[in-house]
Amino acid sequence: MINESMKLLMVGRYKRRRRFIIMTSILTIIAIALCCAMLMLGNTIYPVQDVIRVLLGEEVKGATFAVGTIRFPRMIAGVFAGFAFGVSGYVFQTMLRNPLANPNVIGITAGSSSAAVFCIIILQASNTVVSIASVIGGLATVLIIFLLSRGSSFSIGRLILVGIGIQAMLNAVISYLLMIGQEHDIPTAMRWLSGSLNGVKMETLYPLIITVLIFAPIIIALGNRLELLELGEQAATSLGVNTDKTRLILIISSVLILGLATASTGPIAFVAFLSGPIAKRLVGVGFSNVIPAGLVGIILVLASDLVGQFAFVARYPVGVITGILGAPYLIYLLFRMNRKGDL
Amino acid sequence: MTYKSVTENKQFLIPKHFFKVLALLMFLLGISLLASFAFGSRIVGWNELMDGLFHPDVQSHGANVVRQRIARTIFCVMCGAALGVSGALMQSVTRNPIADPSILGVNTGAALFVVCGIAFFHLSSAGQYIWFALAGAIITAIIVFGIGSIGSGGTTPLKLVLAGAATSAALSSLVMAIMIPRSNVMDQFRFWQVGSVGAGNWDSISIFIPFLIIGILVALFTAPALNALALGDEAATGLGVRTGTLRLIAVFGGVLLCGVTTALAGPIGFIGLLATHIIRLLIGADLRYVIPMSALSGAVILTISDVCGRLLGSPGELEVGVVTAFIGAPILILITMKAKMRAL
Repeated sequence: MINESMKLLMVGRYKRRRRFIIMTSILTIIAIALCCAMLMLGNTIYPVQDVIRVLLGEEVKGATFAVGTIRFPRMIAGVFAGFAFGVSGYVFQTMLRNPLANPNVIGITAGSSSAAVFCIIILQASNTVVSIASVIGGLATVLIIFLLSRGSSFSIGRLILVGIGIQAMLNAVISYLLMIGQEHDIPTAMRWLSGSLNGVKMETLYPLIITVLIFAPIIIALGNRLELLELGEQAATSLGVNTDKTRLILIISSVLILGLATASTGPIAFVAFLSGPIAKRLVGVGFSNVIPAGLVGIILVLASDLVGQFAFVARYPVGVITGILGAPYLIYLLFRMNRKGDL
Repeated sequence: MTYKSVTENKQFLIPKHFFKVLALLMFLLGISLLASFAFGSRIVGWNELMDGLFHPDVQSHGANVVRQRIARTIFCVMCGAALGVSGALMQSVTRNPIADPSILGVNTGAALFVVCGIAFFHLSSAGQYIWFALAGAIITAIIVFGIGSIGSGGTTPLKLVLAGAATSAALSSLVMAIMIPRSNVMDQFRFWQVGSVGAGNWDSISIFIPFLIIGILVALFTAPALNALALGDEAATGLGVRTGTLRLIAVFGGVLLCGVTTALAGPIGFIGLLATHIIRLLIGADLRYVIPMSALSGAVILTISDVCGRLLGSPGELEVGVVTAFIGAPILILITMKAKMRAL
């Protein structure tokens, strides 16, 4: 009897692991394919061998500029920002045990954006300053939201409402800053409303790349504890998780990568919100979905950017496409949660 | 004598502090009007202020400045009143303390339709915006209430706010999609999206007046029935109120008022929330008094915010939409913190 149930458990675990590995590999392959597409497609379509030669540092007429200076930074920005958005969104959703509690809805991205816009329009600051300010803005927003929503007893509902209030304030700031900005700054500044990969330069991406390379592994390493946190405070503690410390590390790491991603591409709408649920649906439960969520983030950003560039007569920034994709899903989610009475 | 006659029952009489509050608000309104005439990028002295207001034949620079500011101030008062009444209506229809047009996404709906109007129908004046903004506001309100009232427990504040936020996010993506390929639309819209009463002139006032009157009349006529609705749907039905029709009419009034204001001044948030809450704290919940007083307090708050914005942003101005967001959002948070989560 005991043996049989053990066997069932083992089989279940094996199945889940197989599904995890298969889905993660598929997601990786799709992401790599999209990266290649990002490099090849454009006004002129370059064959694979040209692209590879450019990446290896050879001079190819025309392709060196188009691929090396324009498409490559754009692709890198999409990959790292997508990963950062996906991972940090997943961390918040899992930690707070509510798909709605993600950086987009509770105003953390708005905190990063408003700090960045302030630095750009008022202080005319350099990229480094903008990145730092964006991270500080995000962290400060998280701190304020958590402090204000503590009350007598912590509740996610209150946290979300407080977050929406804070977001209303920050959005007013962004609108005002956009209005007083110079007219020629506006296309740049519009990035801060919906996110875009246009005109990304390699040298502005280094802070993002370095931070993601440092902090994403930390989050991935803590992935299992994150899953335990989802079981609730008491369950996690009794399973040996130092909840406060884990939560602190997770929040700081994910806000850092989120802030830097926001600083370099703007708040690409809904990627942080969509990645977690999609990854969970594809991969299932039982394993830490941090990496799949990041991969889904990359896929969403790159695919939407390609759609935005080529599917319509006008070129749309990536944030508009993800926004149009994400908003119906958000409404559907609300619909379902309301009907089940989860709210 | 255990039975009291109806008139002896204090519930039916004028609220306790009504006259005090009324006097206070009138006083504040007077002060804020004078401040609005006097302050700005150029501060006008008392004599010039009086010249500008009461001596139309005196020509001095200060007096002319004051005359310029009159239209703006009247417009501001009207917007404040409309938003205050709209907030009171929305909150009582939903029996929900944080129902405000800006939170419910109604403003974004109006914005989407205005952008469509600018982009596809080449609208350029406020008089043309108004119908689009109204249609957008009404449709969005219906959608948001629809989503927010699904499931058990009816429209709880949390559900409603989330539905509003989600709908807003969805619609603003559409706004972007329409706007980005058209730079002229973007430029027109950028100034509209920060709520401001700076554009108020006699034309917009004359467009505004009929809507304001209709909206306030709707509010005043539905007030007694809304009082009954506050007891709950069953009780209200028992008292002879047709709850469905009542809700429809009251929401229509509320959306009409905030839609028109949004069309003319751009999205100005939180006035409905602030005005009604302050009045409820001061004089209780009887809507027959709360509604007119909300109009008054909305006007006072918006005018003071506008003056503050002009002083803070000097020599330019800080648009009133920004100021009200900064006053209103903390109040929203306070209400959230005070409320028991079960009630939300």
